Order: sequence, then structure tokens, then C-alpha cells
Amino acid sequence: MILFDLGLAVLVLGVAAWTIAAREMFSAVVGYVAYGLLLAIVWVRLYAPDVALTEAAIGSGVTGVLLVVASKRLSLLPQADAPPGRGLKRAAAALSVLVAGVLAAAVLTLPDPAPSLAPEADRELAATGLGNAVTAVLIAYRSFDTMLEKVVLVLAVVGVWSVAPDRFWGGRPAPLGPPRPDAALVFLARVLAPIGIVIGVQMFWVGADEPGGAFQGGAILAAMAMIVMMARLTEPPRIDSGRLRLALIAGPAVFLVVGLAGPLMAGSFFAYPAGFAKPLILFIEGFMVLSIAVTLPLLVAGPPSRKGEE
Amino acid sequence: MTPAETTTAGGALLVLAILLPAAGILASFALGGRNAEKIALGSAPLALLIALAILAEVWRSGRPIVYAIAGLSPPLGIALRADGISAAMLVTTALIIPAAGLYARAGFATPPEKRESRKALTFWIMLQAISAALAIVFVSGDLFNLYVALELLTFAAVPLACVEGRAETYAAALRYLLFALFGSIFYLLGCALLYGAFGTLDIALLAERMRPLPAVTAAAALMTAGLLAKTALFPLHIWLPPAHANAPAPASAVLSGLVVKGSFFLTVRLWFYVLPALPAAGFDAILGALGSAAVVFGSVLALRQARLKLLIAYSTIAQIGYLFLIFPLASGLHPWTVDGWNGGMMQVLAHAFAKAAMFLAAGLLYESLGHDKIAKFSGAARAMPMTFLTLGLGGLSLMGLPPSGGFAAKWLLLRASVASGQWFWALVLLAGGLLAAGYVYRILAPALSSHPVVLKAPPRRAGEAIALTLALVAVALGFAPESFFQLIAIGRPGLATAGLP
Amino acid sequence: MSPWIIAGFVGAGLVGLGLYALVVNAQPLRKLLAFNLIGSGVFLVFGIVARRGAVGPFPFDPVPQAMVITGIVVAFAASALAVALMLRFAEETGRVTLDPDVWTKPKPDDGAEDQ
Repeated sequence: MILFDLGLAVLVLGVAAWTIAAREMFSAVVGYVAYGLLLAIVWVRLYAPDVALTEAAIGSGVTGVLLVVASKRLSLLPQADAPPGRGLKRAAAALSVLVAGVLAAAVLTLPDPAPSLAPEADRELAATGLGNAVTAVLIAYRSFDTMLEKVVLVLAVVGVWSVAPDRFWGGRPAPLGPPRPDAALVFLARVLAPIGIVIGVQMFWVGADEPGGAFQGGAILAAMAMIVMMARLTEPPRIDSGRLRLALIAGPAVFLVVGLAGPLMAGSFFAYPAGFAKPLILFIEGFMVLSIAVTLPLLVAGPPSRKGEE
Repeated sequence: MTPAETTTAGGALLVLAILLPAAGILASFALGGRNAEKIALGSAPLALLIALAILAEVWRSGRPIVYAIAGLSPPLGIALRADGISAAMLVTTALIIPAAGLYARAGFATPPEKRESRKALTFWIMLQAISAALAIVFVSGDLFNLYVALELLTFAAVPLACVEGRAETYAAALRYLLFALFGSIFYLLGCALLYGAFGTLDIALLAERMRPLPAVTAAAALMTAGLLAKTALFPLHIWLPPAHANAPAPASAVLSGLVVKGSFFLTVRLWFYVLPALPAAGFDAILGALGSAAVVFGSVLALRQARLKLLIAYSTIAQIGYLFLIFPLASGLHPWTVDGWNGGMMQVLAHAFAKAAMFLAAGLLYESLGHDKIAKFSGAARAMPMTFLTLGLGGLSLMGLPPSGGFAAKWLLLRASVASGQWFWALVLLAGGLLAAGYVYRILAPALSSHPVVLKAPPRRAGEAIALTLALVAVALGFAPESFFQLIAIGRPGLATAGLP
Repeated sequence: MSPWIIAGFVGAGLVGLGLYALVVNAQPLRKLLAFNLIGSGVFLVFGIVARRGAVGPFPFDPVPQAMVITGIVVAFAASALAVALMLRFAEETGRVTLDPDVWTKPKPDDGAEDQ
């Protein structure tokens, strides 16, 4: 296995270097998507299946689509920059080697035995009724982080929309696919989307006890929504739609309300009542899946760029 | 378990201080249209009440108030902690945000013919987001939770910088975003190393468990570098002037007055609360030297600006520089560190009010004159006396002349540098004051001439009153009673043993 | 050599590579790509910390892993905001650059001639 790990390490670093060196922006981006998938394997080797799923779905998949679209649109424009000078390159290389060296030394000299919260996390697990400790950290022990991070996603949507020209406010983002999409893509979308939706919901549901959860399930649902939009089977929604806004805030809002009700139910903000924790957690996660599934495709689609009627 | 880990009286207020603006963001977005403005302004008095209640409770108990979220103590859970400086910063934020909001009502109202407008919705949501993010920055006791707060702050601040929607604002916002992202990812890297070394990211627990390891030194350097990029300390400042100067005036006031203080506050938390046990004389001197360079460089560039808003933005770079003198002048257990600490914190507050006031005044000038070119201000002070009075009072604090908060701050820092024999910082303080006098004179001198001036529009009285009030607070800080300094010492490790004056 | 040590070198290498690309490239999309490389290196360090935290029956410490999941989502949101700004800037100006002089230089009508 050591050889496998070494080979994987060389491959990951090699592909990363290639995305930096590639002349064409588009090939750099494609390299980045491949890099994300390789990284998911590294995560599996680090006994982190939950992270591997997230990295593959969001870090590689959804981010990949975002970057591919961006690179295509930007490649139509003249590139205005002169190549960097030799002095700058040397200084940057020196800085990078220094930082990487310090970081490697710091990681290798971390104290032994390593500190760990695994036993504590496991001890509290029974109270949550969950079987997956990572999900328990996200939705119970550190739920405050997760709720705030959902608010960050809402701000990201507002921020992306805020760069729209004023006249398009309230309209729809640009379509994700070409006017006449490939027949194969349409077919794929029709077949894949229902299966993907089942997998996404399944992944959220089993995430309570096994690898998976709201993030990963939501990301797969988001990917299905993106494929359907690329095939032009549906269009990005009008950004002033009330239902859309509700779907976007559902996750953080339900989370926040349950958190606020904590003192009444369990004596503390964001605490869950004993014996009722698991259903409550699944309830919150259900809305989080909805919000993630709607937020990610909208972040990829970008700001509204046409009137709603078009 | 140390006593700091369990919930204390008044702890619930800390959660509410965060959840109120967070709920406001969600409600504003869902309800849309004019509701965003109503919610942002309507919730402001409540936010101020919460901040004052926190301040009262910290003062009454004389020690930090704590809330263990979900009833789960660190290291597994997250604890919120408010000490003296948290309370002071919460109140400052709760005053400046509504001031900027009330000022912005004229420019960021939803036009009557529309149900919802891009500019208005973005502005009112992001204003609340800055409240939420800063509340977390000031009260969170967990470094990863603070990372989420830093990201929240970035996602709120960047759209505000380009809400006007001109090409140069997009370029400025994009550069701002890239610097901020670099900053947060390096901060996060430091968090990973600290967790790997100590198995917790709780500030109090880290301080207890701290010992010198290679990973700790690396984490300190990486996190500091990241936070400096976000605070725009020289030489990582280049993103700030275009971002702050091209934003609309009320947004500039919040960005320059408050947002950069968020990452500075975290730098202080890191060095004075997490790492005080680390021998760090070298780091302190580097931070002090960068701060000094920022004072000189920012002031000289401010002197050369043709536009008022750019001048004020470069002055922010200089004034941020002073803040970093707190590292050489308040570290360790010497008696003079009390002056260094008090001076540094006073500078945070005085600059927040003075700078917010000056940006609002610059906005009023722009509205009435149709430009903000300093060379064409001739005679404008006669037409807009209140606005120029605001600029003058704000400038007083920037220069560090009495009576003003800026004077108190620089005087205390000067005393600390003399008492500690660190003469170099005293020179920087004096040179910075002279340079500031130069750029404030440049604004006021032409304006005071008797040259006739035609205003495009009379200044908005309400806007003038708001800006002047903020400037008066900056001046009033110069009369801060001894109890104010006792407040900001509450909960600071090491200070008690150094003895209060 | 256990997998986490190898991953440690990969993480450090990715941060270094990303930092180099961030400094050297002026093209904002390339800077964004570099930021994502640094980000994945940082996440790997969390992953190593989690793996090192294996005790007894538990193969990893779940806390740092949960932090990575939060981090990946935030990094994506940041990328989306950056892309939106880039495309809008390109649309307004027809160019792709972050040369600071483009906006710090006063425009001809900006009062520079008044000094």
C-alpha cells in the first residue's frame, strides 16, 4: 500500500503542478477537476469517507462546472497581462519553498501521542441517537458553526446576484446550457436525474449513521439540478420568486429557530431534548438538503442576466 | 474543568447578539423589497440594548461572561466569551452600524416604482451581515468558529465595496476578495496546526495547554500573515484604498471604521490570549516595525491624493499602523504595558468613530459639490460648515491633538514607549501626528477661503447631524473616565499581575 | 512511512504550489485556481490531524473532518463570488486583468491636473 500512496501523492502533486503550468485556462480547469477526484482518493486513504464524498461532489464536481463555465466566457476576451518577470518568479518560488518547508516540518513534528476528541465525540454520540460521529459534530456539537456557514451561503447568493445590472434585477440567470443541447445530454439528464435524486436523498438519510449526510446529499441533488438545466429541460428560476427565497433560507432558518427554542426544550441554545434529538436533527437536515440543493446550482448559474419573461 | 468553561449569568445575551442580526439577514432576504431596510433599522435599537446589557454584566461581574453552546463545554463544544474589550467593541459596532444605516436611507431607499432594487436589498442585508460577523468576532471563544466569522465578514464586505456597480468597483472588490481569501485560508491553516498540537481550538484551553512547539510557531506566523492581509497592514494594504474609496460613503464608513478592526481584534486575541506564553519578542518587533512603516507610508500617500475619499482611505492605512504598536508596547508583564494596552484599544475606538464620521462627511461633500476633488473645495466650508466641522473634529483625532480620543490613544502609547525605553515608537508617533496634520490641513485650508461656491444641492441636515455626532463621540473619547480603562482590562490575561495604575 | 506522513508532504506541497501560482499569476481566474489549491492543501492538513487522532477503536478524530466539510462548502461559495465578480468586470471592461494601476491611476478628469 505504501507504493500506492506514494504513487498517488506524486500524481496529485503532478496534476496540481500541471494546472498551474497549463497554458490554456480551459485545460488548467479540466486538470483541476481531475485533481479533485484524485484528492477524493487521498481522503479515502485518510479514513475520511465523508470528506471524500464532499470533495468529489463539491470540491471537484460543482466547483469544476463553475470554473469551466468561467474559463469559457473569459477565454473570449483578450488577455491583457504580460508574463511575470523572472525576479517575481524567483521571489515567489523562494517564498513558496519556505512556507511549504515550514509547514511540512510543523506537521511532522506534531506531538505524539496526538491529541484527539474521538473518545469524547463517541461518548456524547448516544445522546444524539446518531451513528456517524462526523454528522454529530456538524449538527450537534458544533451546530453553531454549521448554522452560520449556512448563513454564509445565503450571503454568497446575495453577493453573486448583487453584481447583476440593475435592469435585470428580479429576472433569471443565464441558461446553463446551449440553446440546442446535445440529444445525448438531454437523454442523460432524463435518465440520470431521477436516479440521482434517489441517491441524494438516500445519502442524506443514511448520513445519520454511515458516511454521507446533508452536505453530500444536497450536493448530489444540486448536481442533478445542474444537469437538468444544462439539458435545458428547465431554466434557472427568477430571483425574485418567493418560493425560491424560502428554499434558500430554509436550512439556516429552521436551524436557527430550533437553536433558539433550545432553552425551552433542553435548557440551552442549540441543545436538543434528550430522546428527541435524532428526529429533530433529521428535521433540520432535511431543510438543509433542500437549501444546499438550491443554493449550489444558483451560485454556478450566476447573477440574473435577462428579464424574467424571456 | 476551569470555571471559564461553563455558562455564566448573562451568557445568553452573547448568543442573542449574534442571532439577532443573523435572523435579520434571513428575514430580509425572504421578505425582500423594502422589508430589508425596515428590518435592518428596526433591529438596531435591540442590538444596542443587547450590547449595553453585555457591557453592564461584564462591568458588574468584573470578569468575562461565558456561554457554552448546546450546554456542551469545550473542547467538544463551542464557548462564547465576552470580556471588557468585547463589550466595548460590541457597543461601538451597535452605534456605528445604525449611524451608517440612518445616513444611508437617502441613497439606499428602494425606488417608489419598484418592489425591490438590487442596491437597496444588497446594502441592507450586508449591513446586518457585518453586525452579525463582528458580533461573533468579538465574543466567540473558538478559533474555528472565528474562521466562519471571518468568512461571514468577507462575504458581507466585498459586495458592499462594489454595490455602486461601476467597473472600477468590481476590480477593487475582486482584489479585496482575493486578499481576504488568502487571509482566511492561512488563518485556517494555523488552526489546523494548533488543533493537531493541542486537540482543541478553544482560546482559553489553548492558552492553558500552550507550550513552544515548531507547529505553534508556524501556526502563529501563518495566522498572523493571514490576519494582516485582512487588516491591510503595510505591505499587504494595496487592496484597501480602491475598495474603501470607491464604495458608497456609508459602506466606506463601516468598512474603514469597523471591518478592518475585526481582523485586528483577532490578531490581538491570538497574541494576547492564545499565545502569551510563547516567547515572541521577535514577532512583536516585526509587527511594530510594519505598523511604523504603515504610519509613514500611509500618511505620505494620503498627503499626495487629489480626491478626498482616497485621502481618507490612505489615512486608514496609517491609522491601522498605530494599532500594531500595541504588540511591542503591551506584551509581557511590565507596568508600562497597561498604558500600551489602553492606548492601543483607545486608538481602535477613536479611529472607528473618527473615520466613520469623515467618510460620511466626504459623502455629503460629494453629494453637494458633485465631486470630491480637494483642490476644488475653495470656499466650501462657508457653504457646508457642519460638514467641515465634522472633517476638522475627525482630523483632530487622527492627528492626535487634544481633546480627542486620538490624543488619548497616542499619548498613552507615547508614555508606554518612553517608560519602556523603546524610543523608536515614540518617534513614529510624533512623525505620524505631523504628517496627519499635513493631510488634514490640505483638506481644510482651501475650504476655509472666502471663494464663492455654488452647491449642486444643499447638504442633507440629517446626514450632517449623524456625521457630526460620530465625530463628537471620537472627541468625547478623549475624556474617557478611569472606569473605561478598568473595563477594557477585564478578562485580559497577565494584566492583573502587572497592576493597574 | 504511514499514509498520513505522505499526505503531510502532499498538503505542504499543495500549499507551496498554490502560493507560487497566487503570487505569479495576474489573471484572476488563475489566482482563484491557486487559492483552491492552497485550500485543498490546508484541508489535507486537517485530514492528517484527524487521522493522527485515531485512538483505540476510532480510526479518526471526527472534529477536524467536520471542519473540512464546512471549509469545502465555504471555499466553493467564495469561488462562486469571485467568478461572478470576474465575469462582471470582464463584461464591463472587455478585459481580464488585475493590474492595480488600472484604477489607482487617476482618470484624466480626476483632478490630477488641478494640483
